[in-house]
Amino acid sequence: MIKNFFSNPLFIKLTIGFATLVFLFVGYFISKLLFDLSVFSEFIFDFFLARFSYNLAYLASSIIGALGIISFVGLVLLIGSWVERRVIARFQIRVGPNRVGPFGLLQPLADAIKLMQKEVLVPDIADKLLFLIPPVAIFLPAILAWGPIPWGPNMSYLDINVGILYVFAVSSLTVPIIFFAGWSSMNHYALLGSMRTVAMMVSYEIPVSLSLLSVALVTGTLNFNEIVMWQSNNSIWLGLFIPFALFTFFFASTAEINRTPNDIAEAESEIVAGYHIEYSGMKAGLFMAVELGNAVLLGALISSLFLNGWFLFGIEKFVPPYIIFIAKTVFIYLLLIWLRATFPRFRLDQLMNFAWKTLIPASIIHFFLIAIEVSIMSNFNQIPYLIALFTIVNISLVVALAYLWGKIFHVQQYNAANIQPKFATSIGGLNAMKEVSSID
Amino acid sequence: MTVQEQYELNIGPQHPSTHGVFRIKVAMNGETIEDLDMIVGYLHRSMEKLSEERTFTQNIPFTDRADYLAAMSNNLGYCLAIEKIANVIPPQRATVLRVIFAELQRIASHAMANGTLVSDAGAWQTPLMYMFREREKILDLFEMTCGARLTTNYMRIGGVAFEPPAEFYSQLNSLLGELPDRVDEYMEMLSENEIFIARTKNVGIITPEDAINASLSGPALRGSGVPWDLRKAEPYCGYEDYDFEIPVGNIGDSYDRFMVRLFEVKESVKIIKQALKILPKGMHKTQIPLALRPDPDQVYFRTEGPRGELGYFVIADGGPAPYRMHIRAPSFINLSLLKKLAIGSSLPDAVVTLGSIDIVVGEIDR
Repeated sequence: MIKNFFSNPLFIKLTIGFATLVFLFVGYFISKLLFDLSVFSEFIFDFFLARFSYNLAYLASSIIGALGIISFVGLVLLIGSWVERRVIARFQIRVGPNRVGPFGLLQPLADAIKLMQKEVLVPDIADKLLFLIPPVAIFLPAILAWGPIPWGPNMSYLDINVGILYVFAVSSLTVPIIFFAGWSSMNHYALLGSMRTVAMMVSYEIPVSLSLLSVALVTGTLNFNEIVMWQSNNSIWLGLFIPFALFTFFFASTAEINRTPNDIAEAESEIVAGYHIEYSGMKAGLFMAVELGNAVLLGALISSLFLNGWFLFGIEKFVPPYIIFIAKTVFIYLLLIWLRATFPRFRLDQLMNFAWKTLIPASIIHFFLIAIEVSIMSNFNQIPYLIALFTIVNISLVVALAYLWGKIFHVQQYNAANIQPKFATSIGGLNAMKEVSSID
Repeated sequence: MTVQEQYELNIGPQHPSTHGVFRIKVAMNGETIEDLDMIVGYLHRSMEKLSEERTFTQNIPFTDRADYLAAMSNNLGYCLAIEKIANVIPPQRATVLRVIFAELQRIASHAMANGTLVSDAGAWQTPLMYMFREREKILDLFEMTCGARLTTNYMRIGGVAFEPPAEFYSQLNSLLGELPDRVDEYMEMLSENEIFIARTKNVGIITPEDAINASLSGPALRGSGVPWDLRKAEPYCGYEDYDFEIPVGNIGDSYDRFMVRLFEVKESVKIIKQALKILPKGMHKTQIPLALRPDPDQVYFRTEGPRGELGYFVIADGGPAPYRMHIRAPSFINLSLLKKLAIGSSLPDAVVTLGSIDIVVGEIDR
């Protein structure tokens, strides 16, 4: 009888509803309490300053801050792998991991423990030192790049004036590391994968840098916080103001971080796993984790550079700003998962062609266009009107470009009626084929 | 100064896109394939020799394992060959049931082929999973009829093994109702997908002359535009009574082979609908002697399997077992053109070409 009561659907629904209400209430109060985390950092700094010298206190509190960021990234890696697997499973009409823990939430932990138990094989002919460094070293750029990310007001770990430059410099450390991994494995698949990665990353860093240059040009700063503040001061998202830069940055970054449709560096169906084919156990797991972490990092970069960071139409007054920032990051991350579940993969030469023949010239032209707009804006005082005008101009330009590109290059070339099969009218060899073609 | 050097890459025997244990030894220069050597035999089970030791009926399970993705079609080809050599005439109901099951198997096999092709092109298994949805339903139908999903062993010499249960027809009808919509969904998803077109269009072009010279068959041949289908050219099982079309491709690239398979699924649905209408009442099997001893003779019987011309060459010497049985496996012969297609192309193109030719290694090695 009692068992029946507890398994009653109505009871379960009521419980879930009640729990949600409680969760919202508690969440509201906690968010009121934790609205501004700078209170904590000041407290920590003062705590050390009362006991040690200034330099030591600075060092100690910065280490604590770094630990906070690292643990956040680690948490993101764990949760992100669960989210990715579950969401992709939904796209693919599967269930996904649901055995370990409630809703399979402990699956990432179980995977990590399993991977740690596995033996790390080192190939006999591998360059031992270079083989063992990359899985560790590849974590460096992935974590260092989180430094200048603005989580909220007064909430960035590295509030430096060269934030964009820093992220750019740090993230390009990945190239030699991946090349070491591929080359030292002494495996042709790994070599192919690392060569592809290097070629692709070097090519796609140019459009990425050009798109970030236009961001810097518009806002007049390389500091992440100031970029976010510029967007809220002028009440325009940079993603709307320069949508082409957003597209360039997003597409080129998918190539940089090896996500579909540009995941040719580890194309599973071609070169199996690419540069990390020879790594086993947790070393392979580290490469996978970094990949996932880079995807989340891309979400954080886009949401701070193009989506106005922690601002969201005044909601940031009621919800802790970092929650809004994380929500935007997760949105971009889900977009990446969606892409991964939907699209096939480009070929290396197609990607290279696209980078060098389309994206880079277009980015350069766009860069000049933005420069003209900025110089007009700096010479006139009516900045809000000019921004509105240029937003319309830029958006219509992107739409026109996309339309023309599809019209000229692709839709005409592959008209649906031309490439669909035809029905045979008679049966036979080449002669029957001639009849078919003469009828059409 | 740059020094260019060939290096060797072993694709397989264990590789995600060789569709089984099949090995290609590739000489590469950068990303370009300069030479390749196909090595088969990793799944050799000596079917043809073993079948000389077993009776004609006992050989039917071997045919399941030859092309393990199209067991029904293989059963059908073998049984038709033996029926021809032993002059057994199956009842009308059995013939229509065979058509239904062979066409269902064709749909399942094409779903698998297209799904893995898109997977090879890099779509991370989503189309594969979608196409498996329909394949699962077909395998469920097989399971409820004969108890097995993959190695069905359903056809018998002189009929079929079991009568389908009552719920078979209702489930089949609902499946037939949704299949054309599903095919349209895949067309919507893939046939005008920019990336998919970029990956498969003009990749692995087989000219009609090459296709005929290499004795290709099935979608690989029809993709090149040659209208050749044994169901129309040499009708068996009463295929001449059904109304269906033969889709042919335009230029013979990987995209055409993909689209031909999608269209063939629709045609198979048409055939099954007609077969369900004319399904007569009566026996599903004739009585044949336990140890069938045909008169000494030899016969080659070919049917249109999902992958092409599936032929069985059987010599009987008057005993209960075949003196010699040879399977003309379509995958094996279609594969022979891979070398010509892949040399000079890049590795991803070769992988897509291999996926579009749709090989099953069980059939190649036998």
